[in-house]
Amino acid sequence: MAIALLQRFAQMIFVMFGISVLVFLIFFATPGADPAARIAGRNASQETVEAIRKEFGFDRPLPVQYVNMMKRLFVTQDLTSFVNRGMKVVPEVAAAAPVTLSLVAGAAVLWVLGGILVGVTAALTRDTFVDRGLMALALIGVSMPVYWLGEVMNLLSQHRFHDTWLFSWVPALGYKPLLTDPVGWFLTLIIPWFTLAALYVGVYGRVLRANLLESYQEDFIRTARAKGLSPSRVMVRHALRTSLIPFVTMFGLDFGVLVGGAALLTEVVFGLNGVGRLTYQALLNLDLPMILGTVMYASFFVVLANALVDVLYVFIDPRVRKG
Amino acid sequence: MQAAEKPWLLDVQGLSVSFATDRGMVRAINDVSFGVREGEIFSIVGESGSGKSVTLLSLLGLHDAKTTRVDGAVSFRGQRMLEMSAREMRRLRGKEIGLISQDPMTAMTPVYTIGWQIAEQIQAHEPISRRAARLRAIELLAQVGLPDPAGAVDRYPHELSGGMRQRAVIAMALSCNPALLVADEPTTALDVTVQAQVLDLLLRLRKDFGSAIILITHDMGVVSEVADRVAVMYAGRIVEQGTTKQIFSRPMHPYTWGLMDSIPPLSGPRLSRLRFIPGMPPTPETIPEGCGFAPRCAFVREECAVRPPLQRFDGQTALCVLSEAERQEFRRSALQFGEVA
Repeated sequence: MAIALLQRFAQMIFVMFGISVLVFLIFFATPGADPAARIAGRNASQETVEAIRKEFGFDRPLPVQYVNMMKRLFVTQDLTSFVNRGMKVVPEVAAAAPVTLSLVAGAAVLWVLGGILVGVTAALTRDTFVDRGLMALALIGVSMPVYWLGEVMNLLSQHRFHDTWLFSWVPALGYKPLLTDPVGWFLTLIIPWFTLAALYVGVYGRVLRANLLESYQEDFIRTARAKGLSPSRVMVRHALRTSLIPFVTMFGLDFGVLVGGAALLTEVVFGLNGVGRLTYQALLNLDLPMILGTVMYASFFVVLANALVDVLYVFIDPRVRKG
Repeated sequence: MQAAEKPWLLDVQGLSVSFATDRGMVRAINDVSFGVREGEIFSIVGESGSGKSVTLLSLLGLHDAKTTRVDGAVSFRGQRMLEMSAREMRRLRGKEIGLISQDPMTAMTPVYTIGWQIAEQIQAHEPISRRAARLRAIELLAQVGLPDPAGAVDRYPHELSGGMRQRAVIAMALSCNPALLVADEPTTALDVTVQAQVLDLLLRLRKDFGSAIILITHDMGVVSEVADRVAVMYAGRIVEQGTTKQIFSRPMHPYTWGLMDSIPPLSGPRLSRLRFIPGMPPTPETIPEGCGFAPRCAFVREECAVRPPLQRFDGQTALCVLSEAERQEFRRSALQFGEVA
C-alpha cells in the first residue's frame, strides 16, 4: 500500500512538471508573438520591453528560459507584474489562496453532507412526493446562477432585512482571516458557503440518488436484505458505501477546479479577494506573469485533488488496494 | 419415505405474483402450490424465465413492493408469511430462512471482508459481541470447508475464487442455523468440479444442520442427485410435482418428458443433434389462458385452450388433460431412451 501511495505521488510530480512545461510553452514560445512585449503590457515603452527581454532571458534558448522562469516562480519567488508595477506574483497568489480555500472547503462540507442527505432521502422515498419534491428542488438549485443567487442573498442580508433579527448578524462583505478573527471568518463566509453549495447539492444529490437506485438492483443488496438487516442499515452500510466511489471521483474534480479559481463568480459577488478574482483581474489587464502564476496554481490544485482522491479510493474500495 | 412423516415447514397455497408494467398488471406466477417438509430437499426445476426465482423471492418479501402484487397463502411453521409486517419478516429472513443466491461473484458487498458480512448477519439476529460473532464466522467457514478459515475471515470477496465465494455465501446463509435454506441456482455460475463440491456440501450440511433446502435449478442432473421431491415449473405454473423417483421414472407431463429427452445420453451412438423442445417459453405477457405449454406441446388438442385439470397419481400431480392410458402411450414415444432413472 505504501508503494502504491509513493507511486501515485511520483506520478503527480511528473504530471505537474508536464503542466509547467506546457503552460510555459503556451505563454512564452507561441510563434509570432513577442513574449517580452506581452509581459510589458499595453502602451509600454521600448526601453521596458528591452529590459524585460534581458531580465527573462528571452534572447537565450528555451530550456534556459524555462528553468529561469521556474526558479523565479518557485525558488526566489520574485516574479513581478509589469502591468501593476512591482506587484510580486507569488505572494499575491499566496495571499489569495486561503480566501478561496476557506470558501470552497466550507461549501464542500455543506454540499457533501447536503448531497448525501438529498440523495439518500430521495432514494429511500423513491417515486413518492418527497422524492419528486427533492428532485425538483435539486433542479432549481442546479439552475440558479450563482451570481444571481449571491446577489439576491446580498440584497436580503445586507439591505432589505439587514436590520431584522434574521440577518442582523451578517457582517459586511469581505474576508476576515481565520487565524486572527475566527468568528468573523465564520460569519462572513456562511452565506457564501450556502450560495456556492446550492448548485453542488443539487448535482450531487441527483447523481447519488441515481447511483443508489442502481445499486439497489445489485445482488449484494438482495443478499443484505435476505440477511434480515434493517432498511437503514442496508442503505447506509451497503448501498451508500458502494455508491460513494463515483461520488468521491466527482468531488475530487469539482473541488480541485473550484480551489483553482472556478469559484470566481462567488468571490466577486461577495467581495472575497480569492484566486478566481485574481485571475480575472490579471486577464483583464493582460498581466502575463500573474496569469502564469495563477494558471500554475490552479492546475497544481486539480492534480493534487485528484491524487488525494486516488488515495481516498484505497480506503473506500479494497479492490484497488492490491496495486 | 422417511421425510414424508416429518411436519410441514413451509406451505404455499395458490401463490400468484403480478408485476405492474406499462400495459397493466401482468401475472408472472399463477396459482402455485407446494409444501416443504422439515429437513427435506425440495427442488424447483424449469427453464430460465419460468418463474422459479420470482416465486421464492416473493415468498421472502424480497420483491419490489411498489410494482409487484403477491396473492395467496403462505405459512412457515404455522405463521402466515404474506401478512407479516416488514419487521416480523426481517426477523424471519436470515434467521429462520437463509438465502444462497445464484452468482457468488456479486452476492457479497465488495467493500467488506467476508467475516464482517457473516458477523453482521449474526449480530442482526442475536445479542452477541463482535468478537464472538467473528469466532462464529471462522467456525462456519471451517464447516463449509474453506481452507484456513482464520485467514479467510479477513479476506474480501474479490480475493476468493468463485467456489470459495459460494462457500462463504453458504456459510453466511447458515450463520443463524436456519430451518430453511433457499438456494437459487447455487451451482449455475460455477464450473463442474466445483458444482459437485458445492452439492456435496449442501447434502452434508443438511445432515449436520438439519435444514430443509429449496433448491432452484434448471439442471436435471443436479435434481436427480440431491432432491427428495421435485416441482417442475413452466410459464409461471407448477406443471408437475412428485418425489424425485416418481418424476424420473414416471414423468406425467409432456413438458417434463421434453426436459428428460433433452438430456444427452451417456451411452449409445452419439447424437448428430441434441434433442430440444421446439419454440420458446412465453414471456409473462404472452402466457396463454389455458395450458401454458400448449403452443410447444407435441400432444396438444382442443381441451388445452382451457385451464388443464390437476391430475393426481399416488402423490404425484400434473397439470395436464391427458388420461392415464394416453399418457402411457405418448410417454413411450416421447422418451426415446426409455426410463432415465
